[in-house]
Amino acid sequence: MTHPSGGYVIATVHNPCTDSVILDHWHPLVPVADVSLGEVRTTTLLGVQVSYTSDGAERVRVWRSRDTTEQPLPTRVDYLYLWVSLGSPPDSIFEIPEFSEPDRRNVHAGTIGVHVSAPRAVENFLDMGHFPYVHTDVLGAEPHTEVAEYDVHIDPETNEIWATDCVFYQPRAATTSTEGQMSDYLYRVPHPFCVILYKTSPLHDERMDVIGLFCRSVGPDHIEAHMFLSLLDPDNSEPIIRKFQQSIFGQDKPILENQYPKLLPLDPRAETPIRADKVAIAYRRWLSDLGVTYGVIPERAA
Amino acid sequence: MADAFSSWHPLATAYDLPHRHIFHGQLLGRELAVWRADDNFINVWENRCLHRGVRLSIGTNDGAELTCRYHGWRYANRSAGCTYIPAHPADAPARTICNRTFPAVERYGLIWSGENPDGQPPMVELLETGSPFLLRNLPVNASADVVLEALRDHSFQPQGRLEGQGADMTVAIVGDYGLALTSTDGQASTSAVFFVQPVAADRSVIRCVLAETPPQSEQLKVWRHHADALGKLVNRAEATFATLPAPAPLVATIEEVPIDLSVMPEMATDRRAALRVEVSRKWTTAEGIAAFELTSIGEPLPTFQPGAHIDLHLPNGLVRQYSLTNGPGETAYYRIGVKLDPDSAGGSRALHESVRERDVLAISEPRNNFPLRRDALRTLLIGGGIGVTPMLAMAQALHVMNLNFELHYFAQSNAHLAFEEIRNTLGNSVKVHLGLSPEQTRAEIEAAVAEFDYANQLYVCGPGPMLEATRELAAAAGWPDETVHFEYFKNTNEIDDSSQFDVALARSAVTLPVPSGSSILEVLRANGVAMPSSCEQGACGTCTVPVIDGDIDHQDVYLNQTERAAGDKIMTCVSRATSTRLVLDI
Repeated sequence: MTHPSGGYVIATVHNPCTDSVILDHWHPLVPVADVSLGEVRTTTLLGVQVSYTSDGAERVRVWRSRDTTEQPLPTRVDYLYLWVSLGSPPDSIFEIPEFSEPDRRNVHAGTIGVHVSAPRAVENFLDMGHFPYVHTDVLGAEPHTEVAEYDVHIDPETNEIWATDCVFYQPRAATTSTEGQMSDYLYRVPHPFCVILYKTSPLHDERMDVIGLFCRSVGPDHIEAHMFLSLLDPDNSEPIIRKFQQSIFGQDKPILENQYPKLLPLDPRAETPIRADKVAIAYRRWLSDLGVTYGVIPERAA
Repeated sequence: MADAFSSWHPLATAYDLPHRHIFHGQLLGRELAVWRADDNFINVWENRCLHRGVRLSIGTNDGAELTCRYHGWRYANRSAGCTYIPAHPADAPARTICNRTFPAVERYGLIWSGENPDGQPPMVELLETGSPFLLRNLPVNASADVVLEALRDHSFQPQGRLEGQGADMTVAIVGDYGLALTSTDGQASTSAVFFVQPVAADRSVIRCVLAETPPQSEQLKVWRHHADALGKLVNRAEATFATLPAPAPLVATIEEVPIDLSVMPEMATDRRAALRVEVSRKWTTAEGIAAFELTSIGEPLPTFQPGAHIDLHLPNGLVRQYSLTNGPGETAYYRIGVKLDPDSAGGSRALHESVRERDVLAISEPRNNFPLRRDALRTLLIGGGIGVTPMLAMAQALHVMNLNFELHYFAQSNAHLAFEEIRNTLGNSVKVHLGLSPEQTRAEIEAAVAEFDYANQLYVCGPGPMLEATRELAAAAGWPDETVHFEYFKNTNEIDDSSQFDVALARSAVTLPVPSGSSILEVLRANGVAMPSSCEQGACGTCTVPVIDGDIDHQDVYLNQTERAAGDKIMTCVSRATSTRLVLDI
């Protein structure tokens, strides 16, 4: 029974994924390091239970757990992760050229389960306005709360969203920070459920640290978020780098889990945007234009 | 359960709302944020920030406003209107973002609300005449209907016969979702009222109020007895409910936001507000006057001169001008005084009611269109009401330089005198005039300006009639126009913008038509000429431009008669041309 007042229904419906746009994408299943030689493990992708194992020498196999014939699903290994598709995936995956630079530290910082849809997590990753409130004294601090005007465009060649000229004051922007700085950010959305940010390296003027959030949708409102880093940080140990990233995401998790609807509403009249949300608005439109229906509340027909 | 939406329901107890807490309640499948403000008003709101849907119950209640945990948006007590968006301390548009509110009534120790309730929560005679005693509430995994039905067969023992059994029970209906049960055993009789709160289609909470408060020594026994009895009732109701077909879930829906709020706002202003300041201190300096100290959060604050004002860009999108009251060398902050205007369009009201210490505001650099000469043998300063603010800055500058001055400060009463701490530094040069009628004020001004001598200067700021009187009296006493300096709060003249003419920009060799309905300032800006402006009503003097040729239709209150007659300056925000063409030196 729906309330007589009308409006948006905010409960999540847990139907299997029939969204062909999403089914045809590559999805980051697990970090490659979790794929064990000869051992079969299972997990869930888009509501489907899948099993994975390695037969050695980079031979990774993934199949639907219920499929007794163990028909292999399309897989590939990129950026420290095993990517899987439940449909017909493209030949390539989005580029991260920094990954192959020799002086980079490529680190899988951890995987955190969050009871929220992937697009909500992506949108939170694109958001600077919450830094002083959620990441107090690390990525932001009052009274430096202003989100300055920045630019958003969609790259016509790759159909990726870019937010450029983003600037925010940060007390401790990275593990290598010793003092507050105005951080320059670039945001990039190359995949409906994956997002990357490029951020001023405290040690280099010209080059940027790369931080990715690659979400595996377990269900429409439940993700496993993989945190990928490609850093210019020769000094800090991996545990320190991982701990920094995990503590940041640990601050986001309770916020995300208190957001509702858990699915991202694509209708402009569901929530109230401000100018700081320019990239979020672009992301919602972009998902709408792609025809994504999984993890979102689609725009209502006019 | 159709009428559930028009009924009142209890959703919390009064003790669920301790000081500055936010209680997470639920009624009919809808989550609610319930909080008590310091003025004791109980707010029942949709538990959801309008920005990104984060539960407001994880935010903070500061006694006057509720702040969202995610982006620090603040919502006001009572109205649930958003008062501050920290991401845009300057450019926030003037639009009303308001959360959804539900009515709230506190009665019998319970907080009552509803989706769209009619009338008032039930009045229960037993509780009105008795001394109500609230028992612990009990959640039940069953619909409210099933719980109400089960309650009809509920039994307990009256106080005084708690150990007995088989008391006589009578049942009466109370409102839509309540029952009054009376238990009688011999002489002993106890009445209890049970309200059933429909939380969701399959969940309820029983809230029980005894008609009479038991004596302190008996209370624990009474609690135990009812907890035990109600525990059995809960088991029975849940067992019954489990045998029934599951009801359709109550699906909460959220309202659409109004169409004007659903689109991303344009940049709010083309008036420049380059500085970001934090409200480092806010206090009441006089009746109806709030004082603010503004501290830079970036570069050090630019230098100001006495008489300077700043544009303050308010969180609600309005822009207002305030004079600095700082003395020489007082450069760590800007200090302003803001009078609450009862007819405020939102400017002074926002500063008084919404802006708090630690808020970030956007301001312009200080501009001085009211400069103080420091070569006078005697300076006369006249300030009326809040008009004293630029006078205080001037007085401090003159005082430090040991220059001869008098400050006449006109105010309603002692309580209306602002910035005592500044006045105390100025010694005997301050003359205070309190509670004078317009005639008495005129007489005092007349006495003050009676003598004009070589190198005397007069500065006045205050309400329009007082300025007019001062200018007139000074002129009569022989003060030349150029020695009388004034600053109006606002231009009360009706602006006539019906004329059409051309402006020729001499230096850029461009001629632009100014149609009726548009100001010169607007036309210049629309054609890419960067123009400073501030009040945009002909009072502050910021948008002045030199005029080379043409007849000016002065409509401002900034220029004096001599300056007007000279015809070589124009306030481009309101003034126009009486000739068909005006040549500007830009």
